[in-house]
Amino acid sequence: MDVFAHLATGFGVALTPINLVYALVGVLLGTLIGVLPGIGPVATIAMLLPTTYALPPVSALIMLAGIYYGAQYGGSTTAILVNMPGETSSVVTCLDGHQMALRGQAGAALATAALGSFFAGCVATVFVAAFSPPLSEFALKFGPAEYFSLMVLGLLGAVILASGSLIKAIAMIILGLLLGIVGTDVNSGAQRFVFGIPELVDGIGIVGVAMGLFGFAEIVGNLESKEKRHIVSGKVKGLWLTMAQFRAAWPAVLRGTGLGSILGLLPGGGAMLSSFASYTLEKKLAKDPSQFGKGAIQGVAGPESANNAGAQSSFIPLLTLGIPENAVMAMMVGAMTIHNIQPGPQVVSSNPELFWGLITSMWIGNAMLVVLNLPMIGLWIKLLTVPYRLLYPAILLFCAIGVYSVNNTSMDITMTAVFGFLGVLFVKLECEPAPLLLGFVLGPMMEENLRRALLLSRGDPMVFVERPISAVMLAGVVILLLIMALPNIRKKRDEAFQEEAA
Amino acid sequence: MSWIKGPKDFWSGMLFMAFGLIAVAVSSGYRMGIAARMGPGYFPRGLGVLLLILGAIITLRGLRSKGEPVPAFVVRPLVFVLGTVIVFGLVIPWTGVVLGTLFLIFVASFASHEFRWKEALVAGILLAIAAVLVFIVGLKLQLPIWPWPWNQ
Repeated sequence: MDVFAHLATGFGVALTPINLVYALVGVLLGTLIGVLPGIGPVATIAMLLPTTYALPPVSALIMLAGIYYGAQYGGSTTAILVNMPGETSSVVTCLDGHQMALRGQAGAALATAALGSFFAGCVATVFVAAFSPPLSEFALKFGPAEYFSLMVLGLLGAVILASGSLIKAIAMIILGLLLGIVGTDVNSGAQRFVFGIPELVDGIGIVGVAMGLFGFAEIVGNLESKEKRHIVSGKVKGLWLTMAQFRAAWPAVLRGTGLGSILGLLPGGGAMLSSFASYTLEKKLAKDPSQFGKGAIQGVAGPESANNAGAQSSFIPLLTLGIPENAVMAMMVGAMTIHNIQPGPQVVSSNPELFWGLITSMWIGNAMLVVLNLPMIGLWIKLLTVPYRLLYPAILLFCAIGVYSVNNTSMDITMTAVFGFLGVLFVKLECEPAPLLLGFVLGPMMEENLRRALLLSRGDPMVFVERPISAVMLAGVVILLLIMALPNIRKKRDEAFQEEAA
Repeated sequence: MSWIKGPKDFWSGMLFMAFGLIAVAVSSGYRMGIAARMGPGYFPRGLGVLLLILGAIITLRGLRSKGEPVPAFVVRPLVFVLGTVIVFGLVIPWTGVVLGTLFLIFVASFASHEFRWKEALVAGILLAIAAVLVFIVGLKLQLPIWPWPWNQ
């Protein structure tokens, strides 16, 4: 069995003391930011990216991945205890999780979330291990035309499944692509959009873009409102489930895991979409749907399993195709690029230690999360009582030093502040920043593949429809656009997101 | 301006058109090339044109269909958060981490309407110690600890 041999290689890498430490640091930090509202995984990864420059690439990726799935655990704690999502993916956990807490079942809700997530994490790890190698083998046959079409499909799919105005999201992607090609053109050596600023010759750094748009803009936004946070702290006891609760929860965990693993594969998918979809599914399947919103354990078990499974399976498109499907995966592309690893199908064969090490570390990280988090819940609750006015200056400080340390130039911090301002502006104009980040990381790759495809076809654009795989992908693009143009479907989509937001 | 029915759409459309215009204008200075041999101007100019078109559609939508007003900028957090960070970046090579941290924490704290100066001062001192321990002792970054007369 090949898979077992590969997994053995992976464990050989992931179980080295140094990588265990980084996995631990990653999941702890992830849980921390998951618990604290107001700073998300994208900003945190941007903050920590500079500190990973000196690490071996596999350790860096293990830590950054831990942050992402760790945040899914942490977010649920805040959702259940404070009725406030620590992360967007735990919005639906508030609905029933907090109701359970109000009825004195906080312990059961927390245990359900943790065990459901662990189970989902284990299954999704196997899923990633089983599906990635064949998919990447298939993707190795892709030429530049296929890649270009795939990127168009991936980018478009990512914004269709996200909320908000579609046309604005597409405009944000294009703006991101433009920002991505700032700097020296690899083919001609020409300096583009540099405006005489020497720091721009090497391009705009992903750390500054992400930290500005997702970190600084968020802080400014939080300070604009004068609402105070309400902290509900109380004793959480009995972190375990009764037999009846267990029996009610486990089918929901299974369904959530399956749904999350599959939805995580889709562009725009990942943790958030999975948890929303799972909640809707559980409500539809329930014998007594009226219980939902009043403390139904299925309403915690399903989405919590789904978001963790989705968080992990969203690594599949990244590791096999090199296509990020959400903002966190875009950060992972940035991290790989910094370590001179071109994300794509060749990673499995050229860097098997990195590939399998990362996958097995996910399982180890999930195990750590269960072992650590159930006993440490008291500590996380304490952290929730730290007021925001003390928290945000500290976050700013770590961001500023982190950005500065990348190249030791003041220009990088100024750039980050400019993107922070843009981020604030985008929020006010209701333009989602995530598509911009996706476009930003794909910009250079997209231009390169377009150039190569047209070079090979001697300038004939028909190459994109004459090659079958590329044609299928472009047909997908057309179908997606047509579907979105139908007024009925657009209304349904808007309604779905309204319901989720409510 | 009553002829703008959806200000959010209108202004975001204008913003995209502005970026599109910059992209087209600047990239027209680069060699265009032909499809089979793309010059450095080919891809950015295409993107710029696309952005102009999309921006125009969004702006038109803002003129035709009703929408919410754009929320006003709140000056205090914007200036104190972003401004402090920029100044921090400019002065850190001379002030060193300790003085820079005290400055950043104290002034950035002022962005919140819950500002308390004693608390900000204590937080600044504690975080300055933490920053030195984490970034210089722990991560060994090449940053001065003390202001320039002492930072050899």
